[in-house]
Amino acid sequence: MSQKTPLYDEHVKAGARMVEFAGWQLPIRYGSLVEEHHAVRRHAGMFDVSHMTVVDIEGAGARDALRRLLANDVDKIREPGQAIYGCMLDERGGIIDDLITYRLEDDFYRMVVNAATRAGDLEWIERQLADFDAKVTERDDLAMIAVQGPEAIDHVVELLGAPDVASLKPFRSLVHGDCFIARTGYTGEDGCEIILPDQVAVETWRKLVERGVVPCGLGARDSLRLEAGLNLYGQDMDRDTTPLESNLAWTVAFEPPDREFIGRGALEKQKSEGVSRKLVGLVLGTGGIPRQGARVVTDAGDGVVTSGGFSPTLERPVAMARIPQDAGDEAVVELRGRELQARAVKLPFVRNGKPREGLPSL
Amino acid sequence: MSNIPSELRFAETHEWAELLEDGTVRVGVSDHAQEQLGDLVFVELPEEGEEITRGEACAVVESVKAASDIYAPITGEVVSVNEALNDSPETVNNDPYGDGWLFTIKPTDENDLDELMDADAYAEHTDE
Repeated sequence: MSQKTPLYDEHVKAGARMVEFAGWQLPIRYGSLVEEHHAVRRHAGMFDVSHMTVVDIEGAGARDALRRLLANDVDKIREPGQAIYGCMLDERGGIIDDLITYRLEDDFYRMVVNAATRAGDLEWIERQLADFDAKVTERDDLAMIAVQGPEAIDHVVELLGAPDVASLKPFRSLVHGDCFIARTGYTGEDGCEIILPDQVAVETWRKLVERGVVPCGLGARDSLRLEAGLNLYGQDMDRDTTPLESNLAWTVAFEPPDREFIGRGALEKQKSEGVSRKLVGLVLGTGGIPRQGARVVTDAGDGVVTSGGFSPTLERPVAMARIPQDAGDEAVVELRGRELQARAVKLPFVRNGKPREGLPSL
Repeated sequence: MSNIPSELRFAETHEWAELLEDGTVRVGVSDHAQEQLGDLVFVELPEEGEEITRGEACAVVESVKAASDIYAPITGEVVSVNEALNDSPETVNNDPYGDGWLFTIKPTDENDLDELMDADAYAEHTDE
């Protein structure tokens, strides 16, 4: 039996095509995926992300616990409400999950982890934090709405009467009435994610619809995050890859050197021996669309497409691929027995709603 | 429910076939199928002159999210393909029974068409 979010009836009433995702019934699209995608790049769209798992960590040992648990360092957080993005690793440096961690108060942190990895994450967190004075609470009483796009903040400020949201910096959050509002997202656009009680979610969703914010499904969520070069757990990274092989070295805090986070030894070893693979973007010309699992041939050996699709903003196929570290920019993607020319590029593909300058044509 | 032209025959895999006056058969995907697939962004068509076999994959249509095979509704030789779809695959979404046709076949055996569903049977098939 799959679960329903508090917004399930809203999706069905709007004619959404529902799919099962990580044990939840969620909309993949309401009408045209491409139109939903463009709504976020050009105006404002919103996503029901209530399936995501909110975990609160509270207690005098919470800080120490998270400095052990996470490859990024919560001590980089300078003020209450600020967040960091990073990975939770196993002892081999493999990625258990990627997550955002907020410090709400000195001894009170909030993590938002993936629904697909929920059970394993919770078990791992409980086990690793057993010796710390830190209480772990899953908040399954909360819904979550991501409002994204250049006009997203204006809508939220006006609807909620929350002017402070306008001056919120990226990766900062505030509490407004029943709502926890963070300037974060998974689209590469400005916007925010609102964590709110289940019973408030429906009314908020309806009012955002009335304001013209376009409901968007998982399909647009995936095409938007791919254009933005944001990894998807389970595709672009997993237990068999480390952050150093996943374009996430920037999320690993090796300083200070005496912080013994889980996986540190493995990552230091990998760093000193040399990281053999890298995660890059690929742009392609015409002739087909690369999909997850497709083989990538480079001058330094084979790689694999981890995420692929058609970019509505670039109007061309793009992919993320894990290829040998020493590979040059020229690559070939094998697709249904044919060879598609591709070029490795730095991510993201799209920035501020526009194709990044200098992307090669093929 | 989407409109289903009565002169067409349909495969269970949602391709339509239309017998033209010159004896060739035009093939496309149904309105129901294009709706299920979503915005198409790429179409890979068979080659002219290629022999295709009923029930076997002979073309691919791709949406932003996924690639889907198109199965030959009848056996025969491909005599023309809709090249315009290379530049505007979205025509399949906008006009699936008209300008969004995929290719035409010279049938090996015209009786193949009798194996396909008529519009009423197809309406029932998609109405479950």
